[in-house]
Amino acid sequence: MTQAPMNEQGAQPPPTPGRKKFGVTITFTIILTFLALMAWGLKRAQAGPLDKGLAPDFTITGFDGKTVTLSELRGQVVIINFWASWCPPCREEAAYLEETWRKYEGKGVIFIGVDWVDTEKEAFAYIDEFDITYINGPDIGTRIAQAYNIQGVPETFFVAKNGELRGVHIGPMKYPQLDEKIDELLAEQYP
Amino acid sequence: MQTMRRKLMSVLLILVMSLYAVSTVSAQDGTGYPTDDDVNRIAKQLYCPVCPNTPLDVCETKACEDWRAQIRDQLSWGWTDQQVIDYFVAQYGERVLAEPQRKGFTSLVWFLPLIAILVGAGIVYEILKGWRAQRLAPRATAPPQIAPEVLEKIERELREMD
Amino acid sequence: MIEDIGLITLTIAFTFSLYATFVSAYGGWRGYEAWVESARNAVLLVFPLLTISVVIVVYALYTLDFSLAYVYDVSSQAMSPFLRVTALWGGQQGSVLFWAWMMAGFVAVVLVRKWERDREMMPYFIATAMLTTTFFVGVVLFITNPFMRLWHIEGADELTKALFQPANSMPYFPEDGGGLNPLLRHFGMIGHPPTTYLGFTGFVIPFSFAIAALITGHSRGDEWIRTTRRWTLVAWIFLSIGLILGGRWAYDVLGWGGFWGWDPVENAMLMPWLTGTAFLHSVMMTEKRGMMKKWNMILIILTYSLSLFGTFITRTGVISSVHAFSKSALGPAFFAFIGLTFLGSVTLLYLRWDTLKSEHTLESFISRESAFVLQNMLFLAITFAVFWGTVFPLISELVTGTKITVGPPYFQKATGPLFFVLVLLMGVAPLFAWRKQAMRALGKAIWIPFAGSLGITALWGYVHRMHPASILGLWLVTLTLSLILAEFWKGVQARCAARGENPLTALFNLIGRNHRRYGGYIIHIGVVLIALGFIGDANFKMETQGTVSSGESLTVGDYQLRFEQLRGYHGSDGREIVEAVTTLSQGGEAIRNLNPRRDYFVVQQQPVTIPGVYSTPGKDVYVLLVGWDDTGKSATFRIYVNPLINWVWIGGVMMILGTIIAAWSNPAQREATYVIRPEVLTTQPVPQEG
Repeated sequence: MTQAPMNEQGAQPPPTPGRKKFGVTITFTIILTFLALMAWGLKRAQAGPLDKGLAPDFTITGFDGKTVTLSELRGQVVIINFWASWCPPCREEAAYLEETWRKYEGKGVIFIGVDWVDTEKEAFAYIDEFDITYINGPDIGTRIAQAYNIQGVPETFFVAKNGELRGVHIGPMKYPQLDEKIDELLAEQYP
Repeated sequence: MQTMRRKLMSVLLILVMSLYAVSTVSAQDGTGYPTDDDVNRIAKQLYCPVCPNTPLDVCETKACEDWRAQIRDQLSWGWTDQQVIDYFVAQYGERVLAEPQRKGFTSLVWFLPLIAILVGAGIVYEILKGWRAQRLAPRATAPPQIAPEVLEKIERELREMD
Repeated sequence: MIEDIGLITLTIAFTFSLYATFVSAYGGWRGYEAWVESARNAVLLVFPLLTISVVIVVYALYTLDFSLAYVYDVSSQAMSPFLRVTALWGGQQGSVLFWAWMMAGFVAVVLVRKWERDREMMPYFIATAMLTTTFFVGVVLFITNPFMRLWHIEGADELTKALFQPANSMPYFPEDGGGLNPLLRHFGMIGHPPTTYLGFTGFVIPFSFAIAALITGHSRGDEWIRTTRRWTLVAWIFLSIGLILGGRWAYDVLGWGGFWGWDPVENAMLMPWLTGTAFLHSVMMTEKRGMMKKWNMILIILTYSLSLFGTFITRTGVISSVHAFSKSALGPAFFAFIGLTFLGSVTLLYLRWDTLKSEHTLESFISRESAFVLQNMLFLAITFAVFWGTVFPLISELVTGTKITVGPPYFQKATGPLFFVLVLLMGVAPLFAWRKQAMRALGKAIWIPFAGSLGITALWGYVHRMHPASILGLWLVTLTLSLILAEFWKGVQARCAARGENPLTALFNLIGRNHRRYGGYIIHIGVVLIALGFIGDANFKMETQGTVSSGESLTVGDYQLRFEQLRGYHGSDGREIVEAVTTLSQGGEAIRNLNPRRDYFVVQQQPVTIPGVYSTPGKDVYVLLVGWDDTGKSATFRIYVNPLINWVWIGGVMMILGTIIAAWSNPAQREATYVIRPEVLTTQPVPQEG
């Protein structure tokens, strides 16, 4: 990348102004591009998970073979929970999540469990252990996790009836955090 | 900023806690395919999908143990090495590959240094040729000039000596 | 309280640094000597002021004053007094303070030693070096302050870190601290950060002189290079020691049987080392032949920028690394500073480009000059390949949205051939004469070592015929080593013949007569030995993993490892240890007992795998305890046979030794070093010397 200036170093006859200008332009372009790249990387490294705006759409195929697409769930409150079987804090909240799901099932609330970088065997065992009945599926190629820019698991995103994100909870949830959030979102008006 | 940082800290804590959960390896019956070496042969070519930049064969977390167990299962089902690797890429994304692919945009990682080296070699050759040409060119006959700064410095140092 | 004093001295140090920066720049610009004097005095005060702050932090760490958040984070009662002191660089706040302190120390030493000598450059030297120091002191003061205290705000779940009491809060005094990261409790990690920082901060001196030379126009002469030669060597060797200690630490603690993983953080340190090495060589071209003045400027700017860049990616998590430091608010400030430094110095170089005229003539392509140019190009090519591989994941994510990993296979393939040519050049280039090397004479000098290396390689290749890939590498090492040793041999022989000295005295006198040249050769031998270690690692490494019951054995190569039993006990500084008792034998004969362990740090909830190693010059047998059965009847081991790995450490010691010799001033050359030389030097005959 610094070979361009070296170009001018000792070339004989002395470089023409045009050639020199070219070298300078190239050098500064490279430096500025590089700095821009670092700025972008820094911004990305410091960004937290997505917590507002339209929730990125995705389709997930559950372990049971059923599929669900987020954009088709308008009018309902959607809770998206990222988890993994190897994650002990996920276990802390698993029972509470399932309990809350059963409480709100059929009342305009959908739960989606997104199993992030996990092994199937352990994931099935986890689902059995906590008797989870809402849809759960693997995040193939970590596309969903990247779209939501998750920082780790567990992380829970709250999607309002109009498809907008209404915040995110990092780490395991405890009663009554989820209940309160769902009640709040259910109270929102949706045409 | 403070809350953001605290949030990050707690996330990190969760990650760390989950990654370093205590774990014991249950003893396998040491014989028969696939052996630990077979598993490691593949795991070596892969990176742990959750840990920052850690090869899968040396990663000590519970999650990595699960993945190595999965590789073992897949090998015992008769999968080839390549099938296992392809499965990993499909499931967990391209970042699990230790050696970047040679297709698509990623191939640039391989080609650009090659191009840079060739261009660099060309430039160096040109420069050397230039220097050689300079030798052959008639020398300027101007008497050696002493830079004004140098003269100034000599004078000042002479002054200081007094 | 005493910590308040530390905070106060830190604040005053910041003010003085800022003062020195601007006053010296202004004084230099307007030619006000008194202003520059004043700036110098301010600089000379910054160092003692920072020393007080550092001593107070160390004291707090040692006496476990947990009211300081930093002490709470990195120190604990279970830690030994020695570890508590080293915790100064065990966390971010402390290490940035440590960094700023060392930088201030370096600048102060320069001002004491070189003040009378380089008077014209001094104002700008002070301004540049103190701008950097001000930045680091400012970061300590405003962003990661080690004097922050812990407060408990009413009703809050978590503690708050702040310098001054927030509203509705009570000071909080924890009983015990978190303690140093267990992975850092190793001699390599205790020595690695300070040496690395010395290396990184050391480059600020040549860099600042270069900038000063550009500003004053003194860059036309090569005085700045003479002034800073020893500084560059010191910075370079500390960076080298840092790299080697880091490798040793990884080998002993990280538990993957290797010493270099091409992780971004490792690469970040390697890159300034590479360009710094190129710089050390290219300045010789300037000193001997007045060539490559512009190139030196480029290299020193690049080296310094890369060392800042290394700190940046290490500390901000911009690029994912296994050695991730805690993410922090340093990012934006650091980014701005790097941008300023890099853009500013390149722009300055551009503005002064035409003042850096150097006369380049090349008599022949086969000459020391071309060898130097080729060598510099190779270093730059390696740096580029490493740089590209390090930042590519970021580029890929930006362009295609796909996260990818660039792992060791890329770096090995991209840099391996380049390193090969470089090592070869290292052996051959010292034989080249300046200006022109007659092929005939070169052939004469080379053929005996060449034939010898072929013979040894053939023999070696026959013994290791299972590893054909290694033969080329072994030939390279043998050839380069014999060429360098032949240089010593020729000198010794000449002295023996001419002066009747015995060979040992002759060797001693030979080195004593030209420190730089023979010190350089010793460094080269060190590099060849390190290359040997890498070749062994790449070609002959063996490994196996398996689970065995008590009394059973695992086999790798002709070694057997017999598992006897597991035992558990409490270790020092809060660790629970599970240790396997094993016997290593070779060909049925017991060699020794190995005790690979797993230390579990209870408070930090972190396991550390400590290998059992049987170490010989030829190879290491490196055993890891991977896991065990709950009953303790069986355990899983991973065994690596790492051939030639110890040559990396031996080579490292050789490099240090060579650098000490090279940096030692030569009595014979001392007067000649700082003469003012008119710029017509290149047209005068140059005496033949290294």
